Amino acid sequence: MAGGSVRFGIVVFPGSNCDYDAHQSLSTFPEAEPYYLWHKDHDLKNADCVILPGGFSYGDYLRTGAIARFSPIMQEVAAFAAAGGLVLGICNGFQTLTEAHMLHGALRRNRGLRFICHPQYLRVERNDTPFTNRFEVGQVIQVPLNHNEGNWTAGAESLQLIENQGLVAFRYCDADGQVTDTANPNGATDNVAGIVDDKAGVLGMMPHPERVCESAVGGTDGRAIFQSMIDYIRGG
Amino acid sequence: MYRIAVYVTPKKGVVDPQGAVVERALPALGHSGVSNIRVGRYITLEMDAADEKALETQVDAMCRQLLANPIIEDYRFEITKAGEGA
Repeated sequence: MAGGSVRFGIVVFPGSNCDYDAHQSLSTFPEAEPYYLWHKDHDLKNADCVILPGGFSYGDYLRTGAIARFSPIMQEVAAFAAAGGLVLGICNGFQTLTEAHMLHGALRRNRGLRFICHPQYLRVERNDTPFTNRFEVGQVIQVPLNHNEGNWTAGAESLQLIENQGLVAFRYCDADGQVTDTANPNGATDNVAGIVDDKAGVLGMMPHPERVCESAVGGTDGRAIFQSMIDYIRGG
Repeated sequence: MYRIAVYVTPKKGVVDPQGAVVERALPALGHSGVSNIRVGRYITLEMDAADEKALETQVDAMCRQLLANPIIEDYRFEITKAGEGA
């Protein structure tokens, strides 16, 4: 893989609306080759990484991500992840990954019932994953939120497991990196903004890193996530 | 033909933001003394089945797999023969 371009397959569900943003942002990385995958496809077309983008797949009917989980391509995505492939679920993509039981927990309606759309500080909890190796542990980054159901929680057993295995990648915090209830925008348990699976090959996060990849749109803190993935694939 | 009513509610112990907001709104309308409001979902469906026991097993599977998310929701259901009761 060293030297070759890194192929990012972006899954398009009916109702996805951040697929184009992800494509645009990835196209600013010379080493990345983004392309779309239709949810009815059964082939990831030699993806090195798969992105499940934000949006309102299937109109968020029943529960967010509940129907997208049964899209034909999700079988391939699960098999890809099981074989060590990198899967990044952003916002609705995160919701879909929890519904598919590829990540712990579930996303409930925001505390306060308001749709949230604003920049948010996050504290990086791990830098030993393929998604976060460009960060320092404890680093504070700013990434926008854009959701109605971001209130992550899990059963007591899962919570214990998540903390024991250190599966939390990002937590909501204030500008100083303090993880407080005031800094928690949606009521998520333990301020969880993003988690990985036990092999750290799957990351789900509510904030939108693909929206802060160019200074023209107000920030570049999201770049490190995609660069981490690129470095991981090229170095692997 | 059977009629099935499925009730999906936030799991006990899981915070229900919608219920909490509705609960806070009621006193403003003069309805005091209301507590423990939980907002859920009511789903109705009809199915043919030869055997009510098998139908029960199937509806339970449908609830676990799709109609409810057992991580955050509880569910229960009622089965009635179409034409009986409601």
